[in-house]
Amino acid sequence: MSTPAPPILLANEALPKAHLDRLPLLLAPALALLALPLIGSFPTWVTLTVAGLAMGMIIFIIASGLTLVFGLMDILNFGHGVFIALGAFLATAVLGSMADWTASTSLLVNLLAVLPAMIVAMGVAGAVGYAFERLIIRPVYGQHLKQILITMGGMIVGEELIKVIWGPQQIPLPLPGGFKGALLLGEAAVEKYRLVAVVIGLLVFAAMFWVLARTKLGLLIRAGVQDREMVESLGYRIERLFIGVFVAGSALAGLGGVMWGLYQQNVTPQMGAQVNVLIFIVIIIGGLGSTGGCFIGALLVGLLANYTGFLAPKVALFSNIGLMVLILLWRPQGLYPVAKR
Amino acid sequence: MLMRLFSGDAPRSRVLTVLLVVTALGLALAPFILQGAKPLNVAAKICVFIVLVASFDLLLGYTGIVSFAHTMFFGIGAYGVAIALTRMGPNWGALAAGIAGSLALSLLLSLLIGLFSLRVRAIFYAMITLAVASAFQTLASQLSDFTGGEDGLNFKLPEVLTPGFSLSETPFLGVSLDGKLISYYLVFFASVVLFLLMLRVVNSPFGRVLQAIRENDFRAEALGYRTVVYRTLSNVLSAGFATLAGTLLALWLRYNGPDTSLSFEIMIDILLMVVIGGMGTMYGAVLGAALFIVAQNYLQDLMRLGSEALAGAGATTLANLIHPDRWLLWLGVLFILSVYYFPTGIVGRLRKS
Repeated sequence: MSTPAPPILLANEALPKAHLDRLPLLLAPALALLALPLIGSFPTWVTLTVAGLAMGMIIFIIASGLTLVFGLMDILNFGHGVFIALGAFLATAVLGSMADWTASTSLLVNLLAVLPAMIVAMGVAGAVGYAFERLIIRPVYGQHLKQILITMGGMIVGEELIKVIWGPQQIPLPLPGGFKGALLLGEAAVEKYRLVAVVIGLLVFAAMFWVLARTKLGLLIRAGVQDREMVESLGYRIERLFIGVFVAGSALAGLGGVMWGLYQQNVTPQMGAQVNVLIFIVIIIGGLGSTGGCFIGALLVGLLANYTGFLAPKVALFSNIGLMVLILLWRPQGLYPVAKR
Repeated sequence: MLMRLFSGDAPRSRVLTVLLVVTALGLALAPFILQGAKPLNVAAKICVFIVLVASFDLLLGYTGIVSFAHTMFFGIGAYGVAIALTRMGPNWGALAAGIAGSLALSLLLSLLIGLFSLRVRAIFYAMITLAVASAFQTLASQLSDFTGGEDGLNFKLPEVLTPGFSLSETPFLGVSLDGKLISYYLVFFASVVLFLLMLRVVNSPFGRVLQAIRENDFRAEALGYRTVVYRTLSNVLSAGFATLAGTLLALWLRYNGPDTSLSFEIMIDILLMVVIGGMGTMYGAVLGAALFIVAQNYLQDLMRLGSEALAGAGATTLANLIHPDRWLLWLGVLFILSVYYFPTGIVGRLRKS
């Protein structure tokens, strides 16, 4: 047997560059360009694109934690939606108690009201996420069937508890005064809140990218997603890392919940289950466990929902499923398949 | 003879046998021992759900696949009958066409979903079915010309099954022999036959392979069984039985809408029934469905009493916790506890002791 010897790296030689798969990166711009002639009017297209990006960013904020948790520990949390609803309901409570500040039309004062709402939502969702992980998920590490069942059970109980605290009815979550209305960019009207959502989404994405790509913590998380046992055998406690990621993911879901609630301008206890379906589609499209794929998937879903909503409202309800089927026919494991899965 | 009827799968526990006999007798004699419309409705619903839950157990408990699209097939069956009887008038031909059409659609759809997503992992299938089911629910409420939208469809049954039809003037054992009684027994006997059929399936060599896949799919594959084929077949079979359960529900209610057969709440109910009754045992479906539906209809009254008493005493939070609308909270807690502490459910517990 003569197998070619693996190339040996010399000490002073640079590591071979990881191969970057560029094709999926082009999908979102391609979709946007494709939609332009179909829509016909440029200002409308700008409005729709900004709306789609805003929706995509919010979905990304919610879904990123879920996909990382899955990548790291092979655990899929069907109860992720609870944290979304929790965040949104906390926002109604916090913003409701600061009616003076939200009524003001000054953007700064509004931000001072929304910021505490977001911080409270992230803090509480993170803390509940910690308890959820310890109580509900920890006993079933490594057992897939039970994980699906138990996290679904957690979802049921969580949703009912939200109904106990806030009641089963829909609660309005009006936008603060300064976020209302639209800006005119040339002839295109762009809702202010959507711009805010895009900015927050980009900030979260940048922060996450920085942590994952530039810090040791991020290196460990990425390595853990690739090969958990190898990282463990090098002496790192992947379980602690995992709890950290789970809490961060829950907190981000809480933040996403606040933003989603403001986007819809009302919150219901069932919103978690509804958004759950959307984020599952996104992380399947992206490739389970891949953050970059999740980002592209979220943008695609957001853009497509807005374009089809304008062009053919009836089709829009099924555009996500169609998108998922197309992507999976092209790449059965999602846009960026994570190694060994 | 009896063992052949049960496909050699005896309850294997004295308490379980007693419980099953009581349930079966209760359902068989329901029109004679219970007075009023509500108890009979509950009994018919239990019959239908026994079939539905058993068909889900075929997938979840025996093959180890989690699907969230089971109510979709249930709904297809119910809508098939409803649409056929609305469009073609109340006759037996329409009923047969409705059942055949919905069965064909379900089998095709389940085959497609199975081939598409069962190659990958269990978790993937769970997610895909969740997405497909929610899209289907939207589709059903959007095609309102066809499905009646959110309002659903009211339809007439063939004359023999209508309450106005009477078999004889003189009541039998104090019960009038009308169409309602006939349709109850139609539902009852159809459920019994379907249940025994499923018992036959899981106790056949085919069923053994399914259990082998559940325990260790890699090993089953190594032994030479094409796991994808078996998984897909199990998926198709279970979808078919769910569809038939749906047709029975539509027959009994003479109505169908998204909330009675398609909603995600029903999916959750089925999940709770299977797990609480006992995964991987057909008898678990019987006990799970019977207990759950009785609780759904009568436990809430009890909770209402408790809640009002507590609210009267000034403990509003506590009163909210046991408010009758929050009964799912307690079943959810029971569900989580039973997945942890007795994953084989009531039946597994009884068999062990």
